[in-house]
Amino acid sequence: MTIYLPIAELSVNVFIILGMGAAVGFLSGMFGVGGGFLITPLLIFYNIPPAVAVATGANQVVASSFSGALSHFRRGSLDVKLGLTLLAGGLAGVSVGIYLFTLLRQLGQLDLIISLLYVTFLSVVGGLMLVESINALRRAAANKPVSLRKPGQHNWVHRLPFKMRFKRSKIYLSVIPVIVLGFGVGVLTSIMGVGGGFIMVPAMIYLLRIPTNVVIGTSLFQIIFVTGFTTVVQATTNQSVDVFLAGLLMIAGVIGAQYGVRVGQQLRGEQLRALLAIIVLGVGVRMARDLIVTPDELYSIVTTGAGF
Amino acid sequence: MGRHGSMGLAVLALVALLIAIPAAAQEERLEIGISTNEIAITADFAGADLTVFGALDNADDLLLQLGRYDIVVALEGPARETVVRRKERVFGIWINRYSMRFAPAPASYSLSSTLPIDRITEEIELSGKAIGIEHIHLTPLGNVGDGSRVPEFRDALLRLREEDGIYQDEPLGVEFVSSSLFRATLRLPANIPVGEHRLRAFLFKNNEFVMERQLRLRVVKTGVEQFIFELAQNHSFVYGVLAVLLAMLTGWLGSLIFRRD
Repeated sequence: MTIYLPIAELSVNVFIILGMGAAVGFLSGMFGVGGGFLITPLLIFYNIPPAVAVATGANQVVASSFSGALSHFRRGSLDVKLGLTLLAGGLAGVSVGIYLFTLLRQLGQLDLIISLLYVTFLSVVGGLMLVESINALRRAAANKPVSLRKPGQHNWVHRLPFKMRFKRSKIYLSVIPVIVLGFGVGVLTSIMGVGGGFIMVPAMIYLLRIPTNVVIGTSLFQIIFVTGFTTVVQATTNQSVDVFLAGLLMIAGVIGAQYGVRVGQQLRGEQLRALLAIIVLGVGVRMARDLIVTPDELYSIVTTGAGF
Repeated sequence: MGRHGSMGLAVLALVALLIAIPAAAQEERLEIGISTNEIAITADFAGADLTVFGALDNADDLLLQLGRYDIVVALEGPARETVVRRKERVFGIWINRYSMRFAPAPASYSLSSTLPIDRITEEIELSGKAIGIEHIHLTPLGNVGDGSRVPEFRDALLRLREEDGIYQDEPLGVEFVSSSLFRATLRLPANIPVGEHRLRAFLFKNNEFVMERQLRLRVVKTGVEQFIFELAQNHSFVYGVLAVLLAMLTGWLGSLIFRRD
């Protein structure tokens, strides 16, 4: 069954789109990530124009992060004050990111930058996570205690000025690294169409030493606003948000996520992280391959006016 | 039409008549018609066939029987500017290196004819009237240096659009259903651009151009698709806000239905 996407301006198979949404939703429920870093490359592999894939990916992440943040809010594992501080940097980052996005599209290098960013971030994050989780698995096998955080240890981040108390997270921290992190993730959100959870969560845990229990909820909270803002700005400047496509992905994603959560609960933390690392690396390698291997078609055409 | 020269004598008489009558009196006329002047793209649109009917008035029966009349029907899409880019390997990575911008040209093109067009008339005539994929007028914009790279980019554009099915031709797609009535079938691709299309029909006699007819045809999105497209184009801020609200609603419903506490 095919369906015509009004903004992407092409016909796609409904079941492939629903399948993608469900698969990514499953993984995002399992690992507690938004899944934007998977959905955008998948859409691009399926020939959706990258500009539409990025903007629509951001829209889809709004749904999954809102759903996730709601349940964290109910459980009290969401630091609104920390989230709002991240958001201040995030919104500034998105504005800069959208400007870069439009500029790169005019220069014809948007696809390249999107691919390069994906390859870089997916390989680095995937690689670090894989090393960390393999070490954790080894320690677990040797019956040594598994700990992510080494409490009491302070790094350079904690010597910065403008400190602020975040009650729910039980930390006393400078706002500078928080805003910078928010800004960086905001830029990535608008250019890559991701929520940035896969960068935000490790950075909050390892760099800012924020307790793990509030990290995911707080990251999801600020992702709602950043991706929501990205969606509105992308819709206004580039008219590249396809609600048909986003709607299909969201519905399948929300359902898939529920099953993902159930499977995720049966696996141990380090096993989950190792699996996620392999998936992240896999997507990165696939995108790197497309950049390096001689393409079948050297030419590409862009028709201006309507569509891309 | 009325006269039917079946006997040799009649044919002879006809030939005599043809020679006697000055060309102006025997001016053939071409008329075309389509059943609709609007094509709707619906959610399940997967391409369509457009049938064009036409009549040849004042045609010479002998020439008709000899097949000396040729008809070309072409549907030209709305004019759009196009940028062609070429990838090159830089530091081991394939990136878009060169680009060329072409002045607005039909974004889609479907052609149907009685014969392959290069057998209908001279190259110069086809080129002058922009008949056929090879003769679509593509003018590069901006600085193109000595212009030596123009053919390469031009050919790439035509090739990619042909592979995409957005430019296509059917060399034997026009058939006569009676001595003076013909039917042309044009294939419209699934990715046909929306907007104002121009249907052009050409009549050739003895490989010489006689006349051209034009009709307008609109390709529109309908129903929800059109509503969404127009909202996204004309009220993009409202559209963006609605997209976010839709996402939040879906997320909220999801957490409500599958609540685990």
